[in-house]
Amino acid sequence: MNDPGTTVAPAGAPAEKHRRRGAAEEHGGLYGMLAEFETPAAIVAAATRVRDAGYRWWDCHTPFAVHGLDKAMGIQPTILPWLVMGAGLTGATLGFVLQWFTNAASFDIWALVWVRGYDFLVSGKPPLSGSVYPVVMFELTVLLSAVGCVVCLLLLNKLPMLYHPCLKNERFLRATDDRFFIVIEARDPKFYRNKTEAFLQSLGATAVEAMEA
Amino acid sequence: MTTLAIDNTFDDPARRAPLVLNHTDFGSVTNDICAVNEAPKAPRAWYIAFAISVMFLGILGGLILYLFATGIGVWGNQNPVMWGFPIVNFVFWVGIGHAGTLISAILHLFRQKWRTGINRFAEAMTIFAVICAGMFPGIHIGRVWVFYWMFPMPNQMEMWPQFRSPLLWDVFAVGTYFTVSLLFWYMGMIPDLATLRDRARTRVRAIAYGIFALGWRSSMRHWHRYERAYLLLAALATPLVLSVHSVVSFDFAVSQIPGWHTTIFPPYFVAGAIFSGFAMVMTLAVPARQLWGLKDFITLRHLENMNKIILVTGSMVGYAYIMEFFIAWYSGSLYESFAFINRATGQYAWAYWIMVSCNVIVPQIFWFRKARQSIAIMFVASLLVNVGMWFERFVIIVTSLAQDFLPSSWGYFKPTWVDLLMLAGSFGLFMTLFLLFCRFLPIIAIAEVKHTMPEADPHSHGGTDEHHREARA
Repeated sequence: MNDPGTTVAPAGAPAEKHRRRGAAEEHGGLYGMLAEFETPAAIVAAATRVRDAGYRWWDCHTPFAVHGLDKAMGIQPTILPWLVMGAGLTGATLGFVLQWFTNAASFDIWALVWVRGYDFLVSGKPPLSGSVYPVVMFELTVLLSAVGCVVCLLLLNKLPMLYHPCLKNERFLRATDDRFFIVIEARDPKFYRNKTEAFLQSLGATAVEAMEA
Repeated sequence: MTTLAIDNTFDDPARRAPLVLNHTDFGSVTNDICAVNEAPKAPRAWYIAFAISVMFLGILGGLILYLFATGIGVWGNQNPVMWGFPIVNFVFWVGIGHAGTLISAILHLFRQKWRTGINRFAEAMTIFAVICAGMFPGIHIGRVWVFYWMFPMPNQMEMWPQFRSPLLWDVFAVGTYFTVSLLFWYMGMIPDLATLRDRARTRVRAIAYGIFALGWRSSMRHWHRYERAYLLLAALATPLVLSVHSVVSFDFAVSQIPGWHTTIFPPYFVAGAIFSGFAMVMTLAVPARQLWGLKDFITLRHLENMNKIILVTGSMVGYAYIMEFFIAWYSGSLYESFAFINRATGQYAWAYWIMVSCNVIVPQIFWFRKARQSIAIMFVASLLVNVGMWFERFVIIVTSLAQDFLPSSWGYFKPTWVDLLMLAGSFGLFMTLFLLFCRFLPIIAIAEVKHTMPEADPHSHGGTDEHHREARA
């Protein structure tokens, strides 16, 4: 099992072993099985069955977000909106503190360097006049939310990832064009090369092939 | 390709109008849109336009150097009109920059699927317009070497910007708008950059597109978060679009100059911005779809919808012009009444009437269906609207400053040759960036267009029983 040169895991091998990250090596350089479908309807139907079969390390790859496919795959709602809300609240707070400190305070704080606030006196108005703050608070709320949204999206999706086994498969190139794919990874506890291949065939895939790690 | 063989401009609630014509499979959509970027040579018109644009960009660069070396006296800005062309151009370009994010954000929230044909290049146009806009106040500050005084940065003089000034709000509003628009544009482009990467024939293309595609592998688990992120960005950008020109209008409305100090300014500016932005999208879309054979994706229906928006926002702008007059009279303020009567009959009456005819009268032609569907009419109308909206900003800024309170301090603003060439140069900058974008980046949102095709609906192919069971559950 330790020699990457040996072939795929024999059917009936203990499932626990494949949970580890090095599972691809244990499968003789196999990343997973790729199944190709031609229509959105076909992949939604197939994904439902892959989910019901109990696979966990698998994914669909489609040229656009197929409506209802996430539900068919059983994808849980993402935490992203909460992260964006956190970023937005940070922005609002920052907007208030920034304006208050720079225009209505007169003490020193340490913000990488020591800086001192300045209480502007304009037309005898109170230094802390909240009615002028909302614009900049709003802008910083939107700014931090939007930046946070895109950054968190990339982090949650583990992108940029310029190397990935999928990307070197010739057939897979059409995932950004007009074909719909299901990939079941070799590290899945239920993955057995022959069984999984047969299973994918039974879903009505137009092609099934092994993917190198 | 036999374009316009199908009429998709009908209004029949029982039939859903197709948004993509003559394509029933995803592969041909990819092929046709990517062909714009993958053709070994661009159309001849592209090279001609690019040469002219780069020439004007060069003029702009030279004039900016001249300005820095000499001082802002090279412009016509003179007492009492201290805000001349640079601020007129700034407001004009920011206004142009409103259509892109409106299309990508507000129309997304309203589920207007036709936006997918035009959103990518409208967003690109937004970004380039905001670059042009941001340049003008940047070079207008006089001492450009201390431009960082605009930002709250710690400095050795312990000096902070003053947050009661709307000019500072503007720095935040335009800065945020640019950043958010850029993020929105780039995020929307990642899947399409991956398409170009996967189709690349040369190694250079594969690497160049590959880096910017960030390794996108169209995973549904990624799409799931991506769609949520897109919705969130749309929800964030919607109030942002409305706020940017509102904040720009505060630069005027918060001051006490007659003709500026009015509460109608924020909505009036926003309507005008959307109006001019759509006109610019039209000006660019009409030649682009012709040049690259994209009539199946930017169909007559798309253009007609945009014309309807131009009609609505143009009429809103017309209403605002009338309401300004009413309020000037109703306020009973001598200075206000004078400012408006002076606009229409005074020394700048020519500019005022150019503005009214281009912005209010011209778009009324779009009440007629024939005009909404005529390429020639809509193209000419969009050019006139661009002219009219530039003059609107000219009228607002120059007439109010030239003759405000004391007749002894009145004056007449005359632009210099530098003013005029810099305005032309800003178009050079805009068009250079836009033409480069058309050549190297996907100008139609490929993945989003596919999503709007009837073939993309899992039910359209008679989905299996299992899926239907799923849908009911």
